[in-house]
Amino acid sequence: MATLNVLVAVCLAYVAFLFAVAFAAERAALRGRTNWLRSPIVYTLSLSIYCTAWTFYGAVGYAARSGLEYLTIYIGPSLVMFGWWWILRKLVRIGRSQRITSIADLISSRYGKSNLLAVGVTLLAVIGTTPYIALQLQSVTLSFEVFADVQSGGEEIAGQGSNALLVALGLTLFTIIFGTRNLDVNERHHGVVMAIAVEAVVKLFALLAVGVFVVWGIGGGFASTLERIDASEIGMWQMSGDRWASLIFLSAAAFLCLPRMFQVMVVENEDEGHLRTASWAFPAYLMVMSLFVVPIAVVGLELLPTGSNPDLFVLTLPLATGNEGLAMLSFLGGFSSATSMVIVAALALATMVSNHIVMPIWLSANGSGVQMSGDVRNVVIMARRVSIGAVVGLGYLYYQFSGGGTALASIGLISFAGVAQFLPVLLGGIFWRGATRPGAFTGLTVGFLVWAYSLLLPSFGTGAMLSEQIMTAGPFGIGWLRPQAFFGIEGLDPLVHAIFWSISLNTFAFVAVSLITFPSPLERLQGAQFVNVFEHSQGPRSWSGSVGQSEDLMIMAQRIIGAREAQALFEREAQRQGVSGFLPEPSPDFLHALERELSGSVGAATAHAMIGQIVGGASVSVEDLMAVADETAQMMEYSSQLEAKSEEQARTARQLRQANEKLTQISVQKDNFLSQVSHELRTPMTSIRAFSEILRDSDKLSEAEKVKYSSIIHDEAVRLTRLLDDLLDLSVLENGQVNLNVQKGMLSDLLDHAVATALTGSGIDSLKVTRRRASEAVALHTDLERLSQVFINLIANAQKYCDADQPELTIEVGRTDETLVIDFIDNGAGITKEEQAVIFEKFSRVGAQKAKGAGLGLAICREVMARLDGSVQYLPGQGGAAFRVTLPDRVALAAE
Amino acid sequence: MARQKAIFVERRSYRRRRMIDGLRLLPFVGLFLWFVPLLWTDAGPDGVSTADAIIFIFGIWVSLVAATAFLTRRALGEDDNPPTGDL
Repeated sequence: MATLNVLVAVCLAYVAFLFAVAFAAERAALRGRTNWLRSPIVYTLSLSIYCTAWTFYGAVGYAARSGLEYLTIYIGPSLVMFGWWWILRKLVRIGRSQRITSIADLISSRYGKSNLLAVGVTLLAVIGTTPYIALQLQSVTLSFEVFADVQSGGEEIAGQGSNALLVALGLTLFTIIFGTRNLDVNERHHGVVMAIAVEAVVKLFALLAVGVFVVWGIGGGFASTLERIDASEIGMWQMSGDRWASLIFLSAAAFLCLPRMFQVMVVENEDEGHLRTASWAFPAYLMVMSLFVVPIAVVGLELLPTGSNPDLFVLTLPLATGNEGLAMLSFLGGFSSATSMVIVAALALATMVSNHIVMPIWLSANGSGVQMSGDVRNVVIMARRVSIGAVVGLGYLYYQFSGGGTALASIGLISFAGVAQFLPVLLGGIFWRGATRPGAFTGLTVGFLVWAYSLLLPSFGTGAMLSEQIMTAGPFGIGWLRPQAFFGIEGLDPLVHAIFWSISLNTFAFVAVSLITFPSPLERLQGAQFVNVFEHSQGPRSWSGSVGQSEDLMIMAQRIIGAREAQALFEREAQRQGVSGFLPEPSPDFLHALERELSGSVGAATAHAMIGQIVGGASVSVEDLMAVADETAQMMEYSSQLEAKSEEQARTARQLRQANEKLTQISVQKDNFLSQVSHELRTPMTSIRAFSEILRDSDKLSEAEKVKYSSIIHDEAVRLTRLLDDLLDLSVLENGQVNLNVQKGMLSDLLDHAVATALTGSGIDSLKVTRRRASEAVALHTDLERLSQVFINLIANAQKYCDADQPELTIEVGRTDETLVIDFIDNGAGITKEEQAVIFEKFSRVGAQKAKGAGLGLAICREVMARLDGSVQYLPGQGGAAFRVTLPDRVALAAE
Repeated sequence: MARQKAIFVERRSYRRRRMIDGLRLLPFVGLFLWFVPLLWTDAGPDGVSTADAIIFIFGIWVSLVAATAFLTRRALGEDDNPPTGDL
């Protein structure tokens, strides 16, 4: 019994050593001395939990049974690592930027933080992993038995089941202690990682030691070992190509999708740079691990009695050759492989179970009580601990019920095939923005159903789960649905068959449903963030919160990530925002940062729900976006209104300026007019006074002289009267007191009269008038005298002011839609632009007053035309001065 | 001189990009090489011995590890912040 006791002692010492290592690592991390904890080597070694007891012991057995096929299990992951630039780099970046805590979290987060999906993935992961944990427990128990058998000489040792129980309890304890010490925001466990790194070294060293012993101790050197290999029963390459290819694919897929691999590879990753080292160092590790497998198998087959379990050659070869120390080392290696796998798997699954199943249930059970009820932090930790216990316990139960039989041996690959169902959804999620939640859900469901039906259930043995009849004839006699011959394609290896159909139907369903469904806005945002993670690591999605909620958020955050950490976080955020104190504004940025911190502890979906509860409402919905767009539109409208207003004001100002200019001009004109009027009045008055004084005082005037002077007095009086008449006329017109004397007449007659009157008393050649009588045949019904007055005035103006050598006046009559227009166009220099503005004003006179007149003519014309419902305007751009008289059409029509 | 320096930098980043191309290609090269055993005939006089198969497969392994280590180092340098964008 000495060896067994020594074994137990060594085993206990080893466990104590692991505890010490984990504890020291935690302490070092707490003190911030994490340099060596964070080295790429530790990361690489932690990946070695891929090599479980199944590979440590099982690889040799696998090789003894199937030759080099066991290499596929290592080649797949090696290829994934060599291709790290494609997938792992992206996964790690997404994991870091989104604070991903598990593969379930990643998938749920990518597909719109769907908790349903997370629950599904979690359950499937548990189903896939539980047998695997059972396998580890079995391997530890078996290896104990080997020692016990040697000791007792085959006597049955009581309580071998209790070994498994003890191991399970110990592992649970270890995981709980180092896996849930703190709710780290990054979900990183320095103690656990350090411990499994040490175990990685131990198992590699143990296997190498056995290998070296076998090759150089027993086999007689490298070359002779190769000869032995060729001479053995696995000496020829025998491989079915489909298994070789399928298993490489399967192990590569499982390497990416296994929850425990995801945990160490993505979640525990400290630095993306570590991947660069791991990309070659981990394949090298795998290569070394598998290097001596075949020699051990061959020598074992050769030396050990037929019928001995090849799965235990690693242990039994040293024992059979009397190397108990080496056997013990080998045992520790297997023990390390088993324990590290169980620890990390339990941790990863517990994170998923507590984040995606326990917490949502607890939250909904407590309703809106995130703020009111007890300490969430404790709830999360308790949920983790219970979950760890439950996961390991499930594994133990599975081990107990399956009886530790050989059925477990094949479970490794079955488990791989189960978790490989995540692959399409995982890769689709990070490379294809069109992947949707319904698609992911359908794909996963289909994949798992096919896997369970074609691989998992038949693995329990014919008749155990699926009856003999279903296996051979299909369910309900449907032949093409036989579990191991879908669509009637027979002859495939059952494993290859299951992998092929489950993965392809899974992918097909995933893609097809994704194509026909439409993702929710959050899903689309997350999809863009995942797929384009290298372009923007900051999230575009945002929360909107009000100020009063900061305190509630603080209370909640304290409960989840711890009071000190929460306060530090809030203070840091407040400082960043430039606010003093502990309560930052709940800006979208801050809420987003907080959500990420929380999701590190409780998972993305839960964190999202918790913040949603406090802030009220989900994050930005399409409606919010539309409201924002509305507001923007309103603001744009408002600003365009302002613009229009300011434009209007500018226009008004311009008009005012014009008016002001006009007023100034008018005022100047008035002054001019007053002086003009006084001059006009004074000149005749002076003549009248002078000549009437001569008539009065002078007696010696001849009769002719008297007549002459009297007529001068008369003429001047007439001029005065005319001036006063004009003023009176204008005044009457302006006051609207005029009575129109409406008559009928022809336009041509009116023009004849006007031309004759205007040109009376001047030479025939003084003004040449051009008319087109044909167009003038328009009957009018209006005040002809007033209209005639306007015409006379315009013709007289042309006569007076036209400065051409041979003055000409063209009178054109035309009709537009609703008006009759009569244009008076001369061939003079025209009127300057400045003067155009004032010519219709009273008292305005053009030019240097070379002609006589009081400047009332056009003003009177304008007033007259206004009374006749027409107008008179200056018509620019006609080569000379041009005036347009406009009459409403009804004036003309009325006559017809 | 400034011009020549610019050319030098350009060449270096060009080299880096090709190294990253190599990195991307490597898993496919590995897959191709590791699928070569599919062509081997099964047991028989023309079969491949397990010892030869081991040497072939592990030879690929060693070369791929070396190539990845080399390319990773050459492509991303010794700095801690490798270029993250798709170059």
